[in-house]
Amino acid sequence: MNAAAELPLVHARGLIKRFDDLVAVDGIDFDVQKGEAFGFLGPNGAGKSSTMRMIGCVSPPSGGTLRVLGLDPVKNGADIRAQLGVVPQEDTLDLELTVRENMLIYGRYFGLGRKVVHERAERLLEFVQLEERLDSKVEPLSGGMKRRLTIARSLINEPDILLLDEPTTGLDPQARHVVWDRLHELKHRGATLLLTTHYMDEAEQLCDRLVVMDKGKIAAEGSPVELIRRYSTREVVELRFAAERPPDDLAARIDGLARRVETLSGRLLLYTDDGDRTAERVHELGVQAQSTLVRRSTLEDVFLHLTGRTLVDE
Amino acid sequence: MTTIALPRGAALFERNARAHRSHFLIIFSGFFEPLFYLLSMGVGLGHFVGKVPGPNGELISYASFIAPALLATAAMNGAIYDSSSVFWKMKYMKLYDSVLSTPLGPIDVAVGETSWALFRGLLYAIAFLTTVSVLGHVHSAWAVLALPAALLVGFAFAGMGIAGATFMRTWQDFEFLNLVQLPMFLFSATFYPLSVYPGWLQVVVRCTPLYNAISLIRGLMLGVVGWYQLVNVLYLLLFGAIGVRIAERRVGKLLLR
Ligand SMILES: Nc1ncnc2c1ncn2[C@@H]1O[C@H](COP(=O)(O)OP(=O)(O)O)[C@@H](O)[C@H]1O
Ligand SMILES: [Mg+2]
Repeated sequence: MNAAAELPLVHARGLIKRFDDLVAVDGIDFDVQKGEAFGFLGPNGAGKSSTMRMIGCVSPPSGGTLRVLGLDPVKNGADIRAQLGVVPQEDTLDLELTVRENMLIYGRYFGLGRKVVHERAERLLEFVQLEERLDSKVEPLSGGMKRRLTIARSLINEPDILLLDEPTTGLDPQARHVVWDRLHELKHRGATLLLTTHYMDEAEQLCDRLVVMDKGKIAAEGSPVELIRRYSTREVVELRFAAERPPDDLAARIDGLARRVETLSGRLLLYTDDGDRTAERVHELGVQAQSTLVRRSTLEDVFLHLTGRTLVDE
Repeated sequence: MTTIALPRGAALFERNARAHRSHFLIIFSGFFEPLFYLLSMGVGLGHFVGKVPGPNGELISYASFIAPALLATAAMNGAIYDSSSVFWKMKYMKLYDSVLSTPLGPIDVAVGETSWALFRGLLYAIAFLTTVSVLGHVHSAWAVLALPAALLVGFAFAGMGIAGATFMRTWQDFEFLNLVQLPMFLFSATFYPLSVYPGWLQVVVRCTPLYNAISLIRGLMLGVVGWYQLVNVLYLLLFGAIGVRIAERRVGKLLLR
């Protein structure tokens, strides 16, 4: 392996994005290696899209260092963009063109020859299972199909890095699974993926490594398993209550049954290494919960621990 | 800079050509409008007006007098019509957001859209010029140059029109455009010679882009060509180039933030 192959494809130090007075990205550090699926997990407004847009060279950084493919986005924006595939948060498909034409014309923006573009369009539309809608306009496609078309379009230039900003937000569960399946396939082929999401299951499924983002800052970094091990317990007991707030004295009564207790609206989370055992002891205390659930810890719990808030607004 | 920009902007031209394949009616309307003006005003009204003095004082038919002005106006309208589509593409379709995530930059967007508007203008001009020559209103071999001249007029207004479209906030703002376009059409020595105005007003009219466009094309079609046409050409080149530059700046400022 030569030295160049070990350089991170994306390298950020103290990266900042400001919009007038608002600091959207507040000095973040991260590196993305070749072949990695790297995620930004965080709630709305965390600064994920702002970060992606800076990496995509369509938004100049307000401070710090950013290198993409070893180049400076401010000076070499066009050269970098030539090697990127971009799936923006909002679909920007060309509504005046057909599915196939969307692919062809987008390829032409990259200066690719007609023959190459035709061949790739065919192959990629098959890859995202749109081969039967080739000559359809974009408007009547379902949300999931549009997303898949956007993904196919982003691959037309055979990019070195694929940027996916909330690839499945707004899709129904079935459509999400189709998209995940395609992204898994890309991962297996060795693609480098950068994705943002506020779905913890999406982050767990797709990311080799991720950063938890909140209010423009990175709160933690690691693989999903590492993060859960570091910031949560193995299991969680969820006590659900009909009332908005659990009984006041409850927290005191169950104190000592778990390593940590979080109170949310209508539910109590008990962090413990042995969920069944803890649930049993809660029961022995005679706590009247509407329902009790024992589950594995997730990234949602990591986020809750780090920020005191939930990922998706309740 | 433009040497790289031209081939890249060409992809956007190709995109527009594909998108318009099913909208031929719009292209035709750009041809029929000046033709209807020519027939109603030039032939109809011209019957009562009789002969009018041309640029060098020689008497010519009224239709021959207004035909070049109608060509210039058609080139202007075509270019401005296209630039309003830029507003839609930018604000609602988010077309340039996707274009700018490829190697293309704001200058390529400005150049690509301008060249498309030019092409549309060229189609109008060819059709109209052919028609008026068949009707006998072309009086000189110089008229061949009216085609590139119409292209230049398209360039002048396309650049500025696209720049203007980036300032529009809603469709209602386009009313302001009408407020500029219509008086310019009516008062830029389109339907009567400049000499009917008092001296100070003549100076004002001479400064408008449409007057320069009409002066250039009228000179060519009537075969009265002099250094003044060179001034017209420079004016239109500069006007269009400033427009393209403003359009580039605005696209960058609005979308790359
Ligand atoms: N173009 C913009 N102009 C002004 N503020 C912006 C702009 N884009 C994003 N912001 C603000 O920056 C913050 C981070 O936004 P964003 O990066 O979109 O977060 P996320 O993608 O994580 O939801 C938000 O407060 C948002 O309102
Ligand atoms: Mg976002």
